[in-house]
Amino acid sequence: MADSGGEMNSRRRFLVLATSVAGGIAGVAVATPFMLSMMPSERAKAAGAPVEVDISKLEPGMLLMVEWRGKVVWVLKRTQDMLENLEKLEVVLADPNSEKDQQPAYAKNRTRSIKPEILVVEGVCTHLGCSPVYRKDIAPADLGADWLGGFFCPCHGSKFDLAGRVYKGVPAPTNLVVPPHTYLSENQLLIGSESKESA
Amino acid sequence: MSKQKGSIVEWIDERFPLTATWRAHLSEYYAPKNFNFWYYFGSLALLVLVNQLITGIFLTMSYKPDANLAFSSIEYIMRDVNFGWLIRYMHSTGASMFFVVVYLHMFRGMMYGSYRKPRELLWLIGMAIFFVLMSLAFTGYILPWGQMSYWGAQVIVSMFGAIPFIGETLSNWILGDFMLSDAALNRFFAYHVVTLPILLVVLVFVHVIALHEVGSNNPDGIEIKANIDPKTGTPVDGIPFHPYYTVKDIVGVVAFLIVFCGIIFFAPEMGGYFLEYNNFIPANTLQTPDHIAPVWYFTPYYSMLRAVTVNFLWIDAKLWGVILMAAAVIIFCFLPWLDRSPVKSIRYKGPYFKIALTLFVISFFVLGWLGTKAPTPLYTLLAQIFTVIYFAFFILMPWYSKIDKTKPEPKRVTK
Repeated sequence: MADSGGEMNSRRRFLVLATSVAGGIAGVAVATPFMLSMMPSERAKAAGAPVEVDISKLEPGMLLMVEWRGKVVWVLKRTQDMLENLEKLEVVLADPNSEKDQQPAYAKNRTRSIKPEILVVEGVCTHLGCSPVYRKDIAPADLGADWLGGFFCPCHGSKFDLAGRVYKGVPAPTNLVVPPHTYLSENQLLIGSESKESA
Repeated sequence: MSKQKGSIVEWIDERFPLTATWRAHLSEYYAPKNFNFWYYFGSLALLVLVNQLITGIFLTMSYKPDANLAFSSIEYIMRDVNFGWLIRYMHSTGASMFFVVVYLHMFRGMMYGSYRKPRELLWLIGMAIFFVLMSLAFTGYILPWGQMSYWGAQVIVSMFGAIPFIGETLSNWILGDFMLSDAALNRFFAYHVVTLPILLVVLVFVHVIALHEVGSNNPDGIEIKANIDPKTGTPVDGIPFHPYYTVKDIVGVVAFLIVFCGIIFFAPEMGGYFLEYNNFIPANTLQTPDHIAPVWYFTPYYSMLRAVTVNFLWIDAKLWGVILMAAAVIIFCFLPWLDRSPVKSIRYKGPYFKIALTLFVISFFVLGWLGTKAPTPLYTLLAQIFTVIYFAFFILMPWYSKIDKTKPEPKRVTK
């Protein structure tokens, strides 16, 4: 290469660069299947069928826990007092009118439900995924005199009312998620789908 | 190492630099002669690493990384495997003791300015080790698949979900499912026993190589290489690592093992701090325990995570908590450039640095304690105050370290 000169050097630089780029592309191409193998598998995607729940035995004030897609879904039958308290709390709530898209259109109301007394909501805190505790007691010592019943997250102290609406000044940013659901009959609730056909 | 003609050592040396390596890193590696108590924790960290590797291998022989079997396989190790209880307690106690010695090792570096030039890269490699160690602790804690394993993992993985735009895809990618399930347990096991240990061992090796390139700092924070004996060509204030410090470190090892065995045999759960009581309950995906807190070594950061309760700028409180928590760990990486003091060691630094470091240590302990408690309005306020102090230590350092009244450094190391 004694007589190669500048032209040869620039040619060599180009070849080194071209080889590096080609090698880099090959590296990314090889890495792709490995990275994608870590995404949810076909089996994981296939799981997650809607679940049917019989709510005929649900007493007022009682909370039923249902598992849907590995998450807990709460079915709460609210008493008349609980429903009346929902309005009183609205001044301390971050999103009392459910403006943020955390529910299907049919649950965008004060009770966040289809039937006023039946709340169907995912029991998963919108902060970091803990499951809040159902605290229906009025003004308990640990939650203060203003507490009119709701859900309290023990992990980081987020509070929600009995419609799953988040309080102001807590770590959770949004209301609890209302999953798609529908009533197949008076007491037959379907969680995870809005129609019987797609179930 | 003797090197007689025709010896095995000579035979090896012609094919591999055995004697040269021994000399460069042990018998002729000159370390400052004034090492004190605080210099035990580097070698102790190495000891705990070996303990974790060995006990870990034996635990994998009986553990099952399956959501249905994991919890009972731990019970099997504890009750039926010969000495399984001992091996598991050595591993679980080792995890906590790893953080004890590493925190003290880092504190030593902060006291004596071991992160300052020319040891910036050494400090950064150390920080990388710390990050890997935290990942190891997290993935390891999930494996028993108890209530704390499950809900702790749920919280940590949800943090990635807080990242805008890519959050949800990222958390699905991490979990291999749409929720925390068997898929996640299985892969966290792979990280915990293969990926992360290899990374850790490589980083520790690189850390030692980097240390031996620049030489050890010492309690006076002066460079022993600046004062070389012209006759021997070695530092006047240096002594060979072997035998002087190997023997000294054995004393530390003995003292450490007494404490370590005391915990293993008499208090392996350490009152719920090393092994949390809720983790003796199998994971229940439908119910979070009434009180969840991470293991003690993560509680300072956990306090910061939940200290943020207001939305600020266009970022909501949840993401701020995550950002703050990450920043609290990453900010250590900037120490070499934040410290503008003309001297390295706390011995010659002025009152501002001493007060700042004291406040930092207090805030670390208070945040750690708060992280073990259930959140109340008072505790949240305290967490907010001490989070500010924690960050002030770093952010104000360029200012207070510069105007501080320092003492002159000595020419030679002192006692």
